[in-house]
Amino acid sequence: MTASTPTQTISEKILSAKSGRTARAGDVVVCDVDLVLGTDASAPMAIGYFERMGGTRVHDASRVVFALDHYSPPSSAATKGFHDQVRAFAEKQGVRVYEIGEGISHQIAVERGLAHPGMLIVGADSHTVTCGAVNAFATGVGSSDLAAAMLTGQLWFRVPQTIRVALVGSRAAGVAAKDVALAMVSLLGSGGAEYHALEFTGPSVQDFSLDDRLVLSNLAVEAGAKAAVWEADAVLETHLARFADRGDAVSADQGALYVRDVVLDLSPLVPTVALPHLPENVVPISRAPETPIHMVFLGTCTGGRVADYHEALAVLERGGGKLAKGVHLVVTPASSEVERELAADGTLVKLARMGATITMPGCGACCGTSGVVPSDGMNVISTANRNFKARMGNATASIYLASPAACAAAALTGRLTDPRLFA
Amino acid sequence: MTSHRGRARRLGDDINTDYIIASTRKKETLDEKILKQYLLEAVDPGFAASVRAGDVLVAGANFGCGSAMEVAATVVLAAGIQIVLAKSFARSFYRNAINNGLLPIECDTSDILEGDTISVESDTSGTTVVDERTGRRELRPPLGGIAGEILAAGGLVPYLKRERRFVSTT
Repeated sequence: MTASTPTQTISEKILSAKSGRTARAGDVVVCDVDLVLGTDASAPMAIGYFERMGGTRVHDASRVVFALDHYSPPSSAATKGFHDQVRAFAEKQGVRVYEIGEGISHQIAVERGLAHPGMLIVGADSHTVTCGAVNAFATGVGSSDLAAAMLTGQLWFRVPQTIRVALVGSRAAGVAAKDVALAMVSLLGSGGAEYHALEFTGPSVQDFSLDDRLVLSNLAVEAGAKAAVWEADAVLETHLARFADRGDAVSADQGALYVRDVVLDLSPLVPTVALPHLPENVVPISRAPETPIHMVFLGTCTGGRVADYHEALAVLERGGGKLAKGVHLVVTPASSEVERELAADGTLVKLARMGATITMPGCGACCGTSGVVPSDGMNVISTANRNFKARMGNATASIYLASPAACAAAALTGRLTDPRLFA
Repeated sequence: MTSHRGRARRLGDDINTDYIIASTRKKETLDEKILKQYLLEAVDPGFAASVRAGDVLVAGANFGCGSAMEVAATVVLAAGIQIVLAKSFARSFYRNAINNGLLPIECDTSDILEGDTISVESDTSGTTVVDERTGRRELRPPLGGIAGEILAAGGLVPYLKRERRFVSTT
């Protein structure tokens, strides 16, 4: 092997292509950014930074997108004002705004084909890593970096070392992508992938649908990962088939250097729950302490897609379709496309008839910025990604993270329940 | 050379940005001078009122994990805190800190106790962190590359006002 024949990880290849030099883990590179995602929670501050940087024009408005997702609908006078500010800036700059109710920024990016293979994507939202499922390098930044990317079209990066995550074995019935993702976070630990990229590989990747991949990439940031990239394959091809721009697939070289190899064996996995107040506190539901559940949240960029609601509805119907007394079921689709599909196939009306509160698509109750806020002492089971204390807007509530099926099972029984009970 | 002496404010591991400032607080305002009264309220409701200008945050591993929201850096600065020591930082918080001129120093914080006097001296050879109670001293290498340039400029706004673009240093 010589210096003239570099062997690179997917992340090194994308950052090389975007910086115009051979990028190796540890290098600091300045890259052209393909897609810049801002939200109503981050763009207002970014506009302030942009103006203080002396910015007047966005470098390339066609590469910038804003999604009004965190305050969907606005839940305070100030957030309504943030929307007006973002809309006014976007109109002046020619930037596309996805309105309240259209969905979560990274969900929109994937389902509308804005994100595709080989891209470098930055979003002022930590869960931008979700877009790694489409063979892109996607990472979360703050508002000042968002402003810099809008102003210059570029951003600097330290090229991350890559942890290769090999998926092997097969999932037992009733084990959801969320259970695999929680197992991954538990295996790596909070911060266990800090500054690192993940690259998913192994014989079982083909068993993961695009939606499944989005869940794993999404949760990767709970282990601190900078990016969480999947290979391009037939599953991705199927997703991309309906879009005109399908990008350029990037694969790792034979002999690329990985800082660590992690094997995630799917075979022994069972339905799990992350106990308060860290996503790494993962235990099998069957061994979790007896816990009453008062609120069930089906939604977010982790668990608010069509397949998630089908998974939840199947459990609810098998269990008789009657919510346990006192349980509040809240449904917030990740996007208007998800909502439309669920409306068309009857899922939403079935959930509504069971008593669910169905809200406008967006981030919803996940971080307490819109939607239902739990009351004092409530236990919430959620398809979301974070169970930090006060995350949903009440420091005395406790949040349990689980699969859509496990959330549905808890809605039926009013307590933490292994969803296989309703298999 | 710059130097700083301040009182250690001890925090644990995995302090996420929602603990630093709750997402629900910033739906009322982004003004850090108002938000600072809620600094770290999920960890200790009395924390904000007890902060003195010049205090040094001292955390364990993975400080600033979770949301990439930038108020988590600006609210710390607004409270009069200019330095955060941690065993490790979440990368989005680390970038946000540097971009706003808040100094994040990765060092071994295990022996530092609440109230210890911490001195931090920086020059071209690096940054020295001393816990005056124990006498423990750690020299950290200077922050290199573009991050070092941004910090030296006082943050990303003055850096980009001067340079207009990111200038590769290697």
